[in-house]
Amino acid sequence: MEGTDYCPLVEPSNFDLIVVSTGFQESIIASAASAAGKAVLQLDPNNFYGHHFASLTLDGLVSFLQSDFQLPLCSSQESSDYASLPLVARSLYSELEIKSYSSQPIESSGKFNFDLCGPRVFLCSDAMIDFIIKSSVNNYMEFKSVEASFVSDVTGKLVTVPDSRSAIFKDRTLSLIEKNQLMKFFKLVHGHFQESEETKISKEDLESPFMEFLSKMGLSQKLKSFVLYAIVHANYDQESAEVCRDIVYTESAIDHLALYHSSVGRFSNANSALLYPMYGHVELPQAFCRRAAVKGSICGLGMPAVSVLMDKETNAYKGIKLFSGQEIFSSKLILPPSLSIPTEHSTCTEDAKERVARGICVAEASMRPDADNFLVFFPPRSLYPEQITAVRMLQLSSNMAVCPSGMYISYLSAVCDKAEEGKKLLNAAMDALFLTDNSRNFDSKDVANKPHLLWSALYIQELQKAYASSDFIRHTMMPDEHLDYSKLLDATEKLFRDLYPNEEFISTPDDEPTDDGSPDMDP
Amino acid sequence: MHGISRKPPTDEDQAASSLKAAKLRDLHAQMLNFHRNKIYTKEAMEISASMLELNPEHYTGWNYRKLAVQFHLNQLPGNGDDSQSIQSILTQELRVVENALRRNHKSYGAWHHRKWVLSKGYLSTDRELRLLDMFCKLDSRNFHMWNYRRFIASLRKMPDEEELKYTTGIIEDNFSNYSAWHYRSVLLCKLMEKKVSGYDAEEIVLKDEYEFVRSALFTDPDDQSGWFYHLWLLEKTLQYEPALISSWPPQGSNLHLSHGACSTGPQPFPEVHFQSKGRMFPLILYFSEPVNCLSSSTVTAECECHTFTNLIWRALSASPQHFSQAWMTYIEFPDNIDLSKACSVSVTVAGAPEITSLSGKPLSKCCHLSFSVRTPSDSSVHSEVDGHHKISWSEENFMVHSEVFQSSFLHMLRSSIGVEKVDNKDTSDWRMDIISNEVAYCQELLLAMDCKIGKLTLVRLLMARSMLVSNGNMDDGTEVRYEDIVKLYDGLKKMDPVHVCYYEDQCSLALLKQVISDVESLAKHCGQYREPSSPASKPYSFLRLNGLLISRIGFMENFLWVQMLDLSHNKLRDIEGLEALQLLVCLKLSHNRIRSFTSLEPLKLLSSLKVLDISHNEIGAHSIDTRRHLCASPLTHSVENEWRLDELVDEDGTQKENWDAYLLFKDLKLVQLDIAGNPVANYRLRSFIVKLMPSLHWLDAEITIR
Repeated sequence: MEGTDYCPLVEPSNFDLIVVSTGFQESIIASAASAAGKAVLQLDPNNFYGHHFASLTLDGLVSFLQSDFQLPLCSSQESSDYASLPLVARSLYSELEIKSYSSQPIESSGKFNFDLCGPRVFLCSDAMIDFIIKSSVNNYMEFKSVEASFVSDVTGKLVTVPDSRSAIFKDRTLSLIEKNQLMKFFKLVHGHFQESEETKISKEDLESPFMEFLSKMGLSQKLKSFVLYAIVHANYDQESAEVCRDIVYTESAIDHLALYHSSVGRFSNANSALLYPMYGHVELPQAFCRRAAVKGSICGLGMPAVSVLMDKETNAYKGIKLFSGQEIFSSKLILPPSLSIPTEHSTCTEDAKERVARGICVAEASMRPDADNFLVFFPPRSLYPEQITAVRMLQLSSNMAVCPSGMYISYLSAVCDKAEEGKKLLNAAMDALFLTDNSRNFDSKDVANKPHLLWSALYIQELQKAYASSDFIRHTMMPDEHLDYSKLLDATEKLFRDLYPNEEFISTPDDEPTDDGSPDMDP
Repeated sequence: MHGISRKPPTDEDQAASSLKAAKLRDLHAQMLNFHRNKIYTKEAMEISASMLELNPEHYTGWNYRKLAVQFHLNQLPGNGDDSQSIQSILTQELRVVENALRRNHKSYGAWHHRKWVLSKGYLSTDRELRLLDMFCKLDSRNFHMWNYRRFIASLRKMPDEEELKYTTGIIEDNFSNYSAWHYRSVLLCKLMEKKVSGYDAEEIVLKDEYEFVRSALFTDPDDQSGWFYHLWLLEKTLQYEPALISSWPPQGSNLHLSHGACSTGPQPFPEVHFQSKGRMFPLILYFSEPVNCLSSSTVTAECECHTFTNLIWRALSASPQHFSQAWMTYIEFPDNIDLSKACSVSVTVAGAPEITSLSGKPLSKCCHLSFSVRTPSDSSVHSEVDGHHKISWSEENFMVHSEVFQSSFLHMLRSSIGVEKVDNKDTSDWRMDIISNEVAYCQELLLAMDCKIGKLTLVRLLMARSMLVSNGNMDDGTEVRYEDIVKLYDGLKKMDPVHVCYYEDQCSLALLKQVISDVESLAKHCGQYREPSSPASKPYSFLRLNGLLISRIGFMENFLWVQMLDLSHNKLRDIEGLEALQLLVCLKLSHNRIRSFTSLEPLKLLSSLKVLDISHNEIGAHSIDTRRHLCASPLTHSVENEWRLDELVDEDGTQKENWDAYLLFKDLKLVQLDIAGNPVANYRLRSFIVKLMPSLHWLDAEITIR
């Protein structure tokens, strides 16, 4: 890899914590640990921030996804004091499929910031935004509203998700009784979070599958689908117990609903529940790296670690060896999911792993003339009868500063067991939303409104959950299958607490000026 | 702000506020000193500005600045030609107001000051729209902002359509916004009145609005703002031009004027008898809504050879604006007209723009009315209720019309109602469509959830439908089921006991309407009063609405012919509307819930009233009469009154506590009165009344002794 030719000498050579890579979890851990007074070294083998959470140019994206990343072999001599276990790198991406639909190459392809972890958004009130505000990294970031959410089917007709009181009022597709039912349901959820005991939802209901609770509340099929897949963001078909791997229970669902509703209007300049970080998701780990640096951590890009040093006798972790041959020592080590130590072979077999199919599309027009940045949900069975997981799509325009003006990026994702299945899902969604070779000819009016696809990339990403290696060496996770960061943040906090049980994960910085608490947003 | 709970002040807050108070006190004192001494220097202006920016609620402060601005404007050389200097003075004012509004965006004084400055007309209002947007973002329900918006819209002559779109946007954001709905209703009225393209068809506009608000009603039936708008729409839907709906003498009748009772006994309609001392009879016109301006110039009455001029029209209502549903005049035939044969009289109410309803709609259609008058040659014995004959309300004296007579009676009822039927059938059809449609939606909503205001709306819609059915002879096929209406009101009474009186009143109207709408059933309540023991007694046309448990009366247009009315054993608290029954001679109101003499005010307009039974009511039972303010009385300044206190003073002391009895009875010429069974009815009152009404012969069934 470029940038690995030259490795500066790291000084000092003793740290409390070495973090390899600058992904989401790595950067937060580095920032939290340095805020807690630990000496932290953060090294990334790539010469860009973010690793699996990076935002890359078109060429950068292709080369990162294609590279069957191999660590350069260490040329320097074996250390005499310690056993050196070479790190094994493995790409967690597969089945990359790039298509260009136009004979012309895409103009100014260097002006794109493609997220590797898309589609992904924040809810205005979610724990991630709170964490961002508490740790003041909002000073380094800008956000913009994702204006709308739609539900679609195989015809590509986008129906607004009635996710708030005013959206229900404005909706033209719901029947009056459905409006009444949905609002009544929202109020019920709201009542559950009030002081009064009378308005609480019973324990029995809270422990029941959310699908059953929705039926009990008399919501129509259409409303159930809106709530489950477009508001609560369920991944699996909740109606068939045999295919559903992830049954959503009422308690967590209404927590999510309440979170969603409190997100609407949390920031006066955000007009919806959802936010996107301008310039792409890499801004988030980068902001935490910056905070870590403010707190005294050292961060280096393009500095691969090639092996782990272990005590020859006790086989205890001692440090790492860099490509340059320099040995650096620390009491603890964080490794990204793509690096492993030969001894600690993962227990799970290849087949059992869940995957997420991700897609990136570029088009020259918006799917909706009235909106630039929005989400589209394809609930299970909406694309074809065997569809058991929801497909999500996030369209972003140039006003998010992620692509040249006049261009639109769309991210797609779906959970799948097998690569073919995942691709089938994404292709079906793309055929519904764009004019592709496979687009069915529905009536001409539909077709006329759909944007032409210019370029697309599909890839399969493994969902490697965090696995503990030892008390001293920990692994981080790949971007998960969810739309927001909540689960990843929880996992990060847990990881940090495992490392430093006595330290604050969220410590409000006192030496930095805090503003009014709202993240900066362009009006 | 709405929906944000107040936090108790912390110690810090309190310290800050006392600091602020000290600062304010100082500024106040300085400002008032400037004001007193008319000091308008630059420094004084700055001090008053900083005072107002700190406390925008200081009215005197704003007034001081108005004087100061005027002073500075007058100081300008060239008599105000220097528009730049004027602008700089006024712009400074806008700046002060804006800062004050940032502190309190609901300050009356500050908003008013801004209006005052802009009304001077030197400044551009471009900035104001941005200001309004800013305040709308802060709190979209701030009615000061909405008022100001209307002010600016009219200054800038902003098109009503655009403003309507603006309200749509605001309502779509959050439909719990009375101000936005209200502005919408104002704009729609203007647009429909001006017949702006797209808003010229009332029917279409209303249908669209019903659809718009329906979405709000279904989404959140607990929110009242949509329901209030719906109520406005309903009122707008039912708003007709006022029309003449009933009269006495009835349309097409043959009026026989006689000095005494008709010897031949009652004759079937169109023969109508009226006992008159001379060649004079009352003419009563009853309109669908209170109207004003009936006069000899707007109403003409003529017979073949004579035009009755200088008719004096009296509004039969205590309304201070002289709006009334019932109007009355006396028509007297000059001696040169031979009334031994029928003389046909025609009355025309000109379609004059000056006659308008309370809602401002003009009576644009001309209304005609004709009947004939004659005096029978065989004038029989003169008999009148006098001191010698006591009216008895006992059952055997009420003869319900025989079957033969009934049909003609029904005929009279039908023809007395609707002198001129509302003959705009097409326009009523869409009203019926709308109402029926709304009834169906309302019922659908109530199936989904129990909702008080939804029930109330449904019952209002059902009543509206019954009105449309009876007014326009239209029928959309659904029968009006009054029992449903009554059942809904019963439900509401249980759900919302606080407003039980209102529901009772409304329910009473439904019950009455039920009695009236079924003419056959109404016939059972009507007939002739005759005493078998004294055949010479006058046969009064009676109406008995006793024991219906109604708390309110209405639909008087049906009863203009009534001479004897039994309303006993009801729950009446007042008798508003009764003043239209000008032929009324005997009235029984016993066993009701009348609480004060003041609530009998309408009786003062009944000039023929001789017999009154108000026994067994609650007069005097409530030391504080909370309903008194509802009645026309000198206390509300709604009736003129000459106080003659000397009459109130008895020889043996003062009778001041009976002032309300005095006000009622001094204008009545009763022969027979029953007040027993009221806590107020003591010896002192009785003797007071006897003294007050020399005509009184029977008091509580005893002959009065003078």
